[in-house]
Amino acid sequence: MSEASAPTSKRPGLAVWLPLGLFAGFLALVFVGLYWPADREVSSAFIGKPLPAFDLPPATDERPGLATKVFEQGGKPRLLNVFASWCVPCAVESPQLAVLAKQGVEIDGVAIRDRKEDVARFLGQYGNPFARIGKDDLSQVQLAIGSSGVPETFVVDGKGIIRYQHIGDIRPEDVPLILRKLAEAAGGGE
Amino acid sequence: MIAELGLAVLWMAAALAVLQLVAGALALRPATAHLAGVVRPVAILQGVLVACAFAALVSLFLTTDLSVKLVAENSHSAKPFIFKLAGTWGNHEGSMLMWVTIMSLAGGFVALIEKRLREETLIATLAGQAFVSLGFYAFLLLASNPFTRLPEPAPEGAGLNPLLQDIGLAFHPPTLYVGYVGLSIAFSFAVGALVTRDVGPAFARAMRPWVLGAWIFLTLGITAGSYWAYYTLGWGGWWFWDPVENASLMPWLAATALLHSCSVLAARNALRTWTVMLGVVAFSMSMVGTFLVRSGILTSVHAFAVDPTRGTFILALLAIYIGGALLLFGLRANTVTEGARFAVLSRESALVFNNVMLCGILGIVLVGTLYPLLTEAMGVKVSVGPPYFNPVSAVFAIPMMLVMAVGPVLRWREDKGGRITWQVAVPALVSAAALLAVELLFAPINLLPALGLAIAPGLAVASVQPLVGRNLRRTPLPIYGMVLGHLGIAVALFGMASEGAFSTERLAAMNPGDSQQVGPFKVTLQDIGPVAGPNWTALEATVSASYAGGAGTVLHPQARTFANPPGNRTESALLTRWNGQLYAVLGEEGEDGRWQMRFWWKPFVPMIWYGGALVALGGLLALLGRVARDVRRLVAIDKIAFRRERQGR
Amino acid sequence: MNTMIKPKHQRLVLIVVALVALIGAGLLAAYALKNQAAYFYLPSELAAKPPEQGRAVRLGGMVEKGSIRTRPDGVTIDFIVRDDKARVPVRFSGITPDLFVEGSGVVAEGRLEGPTFVADNLLAKHDEKYVPREMKNMSTAEAKAVIAETK
Repeated sequence: MSEASAPTSKRPGLAVWLPLGLFAGFLALVFVGLYWPADREVSSAFIGKPLPAFDLPPATDERPGLATKVFEQGGKPRLLNVFASWCVPCAVESPQLAVLAKQGVEIDGVAIRDRKEDVARFLGQYGNPFARIGKDDLSQVQLAIGSSGVPETFVVDGKGIIRYQHIGDIRPEDVPLILRKLAEAAGGGE
Repeated sequence: MIAELGLAVLWMAAALAVLQLVAGALALRPATAHLAGVVRPVAILQGVLVACAFAALVSLFLTTDLSVKLVAENSHSAKPFIFKLAGTWGNHEGSMLMWVTIMSLAGGFVALIEKRLREETLIATLAGQAFVSLGFYAFLLLASNPFTRLPEPAPEGAGLNPLLQDIGLAFHPPTLYVGYVGLSIAFSFAVGALVTRDVGPAFARAMRPWVLGAWIFLTLGITAGSYWAYYTLGWGGWWFWDPVENASLMPWLAATALLHSCSVLAARNALRTWTVMLGVVAFSMSMVGTFLVRSGILTSVHAFAVDPTRGTFILALLAIYIGGALLLFGLRANTVTEGARFAVLSRESALVFNNVMLCGILGIVLVGTLYPLLTEAMGVKVSVGPPYFNPVSAVFAIPMMLVMAVGPVLRWREDKGGRITWQVAVPALVSAAALLAVELLFAPINLLPALGLAIAPGLAVASVQPLVGRNLRRTPLPIYGMVLGHLGIAVALFGMASEGAFSTERLAAMNPGDSQQVGPFKVTLQDIGPVAGPNWTALEATVSASYAGGAGTVLHPQARTFANPPGNRTESALLTRWNGQLYAVLGEEGEDGRWQMRFWWKPFVPMIWYGGALVALGGLLALLGRVARDVRRLVAIDKIAFRRERQGR
Repeated sequence: MNTMIKPKHQRLVLIVVALVALIGAGLLAAYALKNQAAYFYLPSELAAKPPEQGRAVRLGGMVEKGSIRTRPDGVTIDFIVRDDKARVPVRFSGITPDLFVEGSGVVAEGRLEGPTFVADNLLAKHDEKYVPREMKNMSTAEAKAVIAETK
């Protein structure tokens, strides 16, 4: 001790624990803030409901348009991907869609507020994993299926029931999740 | 090859940090005290290695090596050199590597030069520093490796967000990092001192240059950030109490308090426990700020890496370091002996008051920043803005500035009120006169700007008083530093108050040829046409502005469109005069072909940033003074040792 | 030496001063936050339980198609912000953000003046993935109304 003569009798007592207490409160607060909202994601009220009826013209000359009846013919669950050529995360997720398509997943697309030549350019640049692409100029379908942004991806089972909604771009780590949801949809549909 | 080398070097540096921690911890036990000799060289080597890793990443960015994932995602071969360079740290992984680099270099530097502290305390400090670095090494190496290769090289990089392609933004974050990391050194000193229960003037003197350095960078960072927001966002404001801004303000407030309590501890050996606690709190605030910004837990105008896993990692680091340090503080604070005593009227008391007020403001900002989170947990959504922050922080800032005017002329330990009558009366009279003038000439005026306009001149006068009656040639640099720092606060306060009180705004739809009056300016829209830059195209207005009937000056506000990635940005145009700034923004074309234009005349607004620069300059002078004195001291010690050695022989 | 604090009490006095300041700051903050925090409203909430006139709040919803009207001054616009239950008329003077378009999501900062919401500031989404945090937690019916994606 540099100052042996100074008295040590006066103890501040509990006050020195105050910073730690405040810090613990802070930790608790951000812990709740960080993990609670994650559990309260937009869980679509449309999950478990049938796709609304629609019939969209083709968004590109390479693929046919998209109508609800495609999803209601039984068979394998399909992915419905809502995208747009002007949307950057849609380009980012294209490799993941390609991976899914390579694994035999059938993917249909809805292009939101897009022009044919832009869609063609987009598909040329980032690949075309889609079986059909509908052109949704007024965001009507997007609205009707409870999608709040692009990109979004829906898992639709063989009876046309929405089983899962993925909000935002599909990242590489999301691919197993999508595949699992597809498998669940196939299992539940039987 | 360079990427692999960089990664290997980074792993080696991390291994050395482990060694530094273990050897340091063992060296504190008497049985293994011989390990103490290892710690310094290891700390230095660790700093060198991590600097090499950072250099490797810089070179990858400069050569645009598209086989590296980070480069491909964040850079572009067509980008200007300076933005390629800035791209190194303009992303999450790179910025974390930069953080570790600065931290380890600083640690190595401490190991190299620090001679005042007891060896034991220094070893504990370096072990603490290694412990802090290790968390960031783990984060880098396990969760955000900057050197990851792509399976095959990308054809072209994905560019840099146009909003981030800005020279101010390129150098703003590193400035703040240097500040944060400087505070991490102060944190390590505090932890080291707690471990060895060695809190005294030597500890304060060893820590002070680092706190000063960190504080200078934080001041510069905040000032530059404020100016950046002012001219890029096109909203005419200079401070938005946005979470990102608050995240940089809170460490500054804590560092300012720490700086002042350090002075008390160094000069008078008082405020021991308090200084140690502030040392912990200052770095805590850096971490809390980084966490709030990076985790995306609060939405903000400029949040850039929103990823819950990153948030979790930083939160874990936060819990370990800050929780651990505060626990240590709780256990040891009672055993730190009480420091020297002082009277109610003394410089110590003024500094204590300043510290308490600064911490009050810190608390206010922290609570306001976190409040939306708290209410959201209860299901209510709110946002907290200037109506809360301005008046509530003023409640603490105004008394603080009043005491700040008097503090520097008070004597240490004990003073008599009668001695300083004049030093109090003169600034008080100046302020009273200013208040009277403001009320007479410019009434109705809001309370806060009026108080600011009144306090600023008095504070300016008061801040130069410590020089009165001194021999200016022989006055030590730190005194000049203090004077300039306080003067800078007065200057900035005047700018803020003037902006708040006298700004005039004009919003109008104009045809080419139309004129508008904005304050003393007559502005005429002359023309609107397209222009092109290296990676953007823009609509550019040609506006001529004439001050009080004088000759016109031409301004070019733009609305820019970036190509890759696509985006828009308004580029405001500024016309600076000695007494203020004209601010022009180009909006959209209306259906009738008229153009929306927005103008502000902001009297004396640049003084906000001049003031900030003055504060930083004051810090620099103080730092130079301290370092020069330390160097002289070291040289003298060496000489004495040399002489003794010769005599002994 | 009579102004010198008693040696035994100095540390205690410092702690008490700091605690008083801390508690004071806390109380002041709590009081000010209660009065000054801007609450977030959806149009239906605003219609059902309007805040007091002149109080700063934020309103988030979708800009109704075809509702944007520019006044003769060329810089003041009137438009409707709606969700699936209610419509609120909004007035704004200033330069609108680039991404402010009919049919897109918007957060307006301002206050109620009579039946009209007078906005000081409009926040449109920042990029393709930006959804105001408040809207992320809306029920789907509400989120549906806030189609954030518009060219």
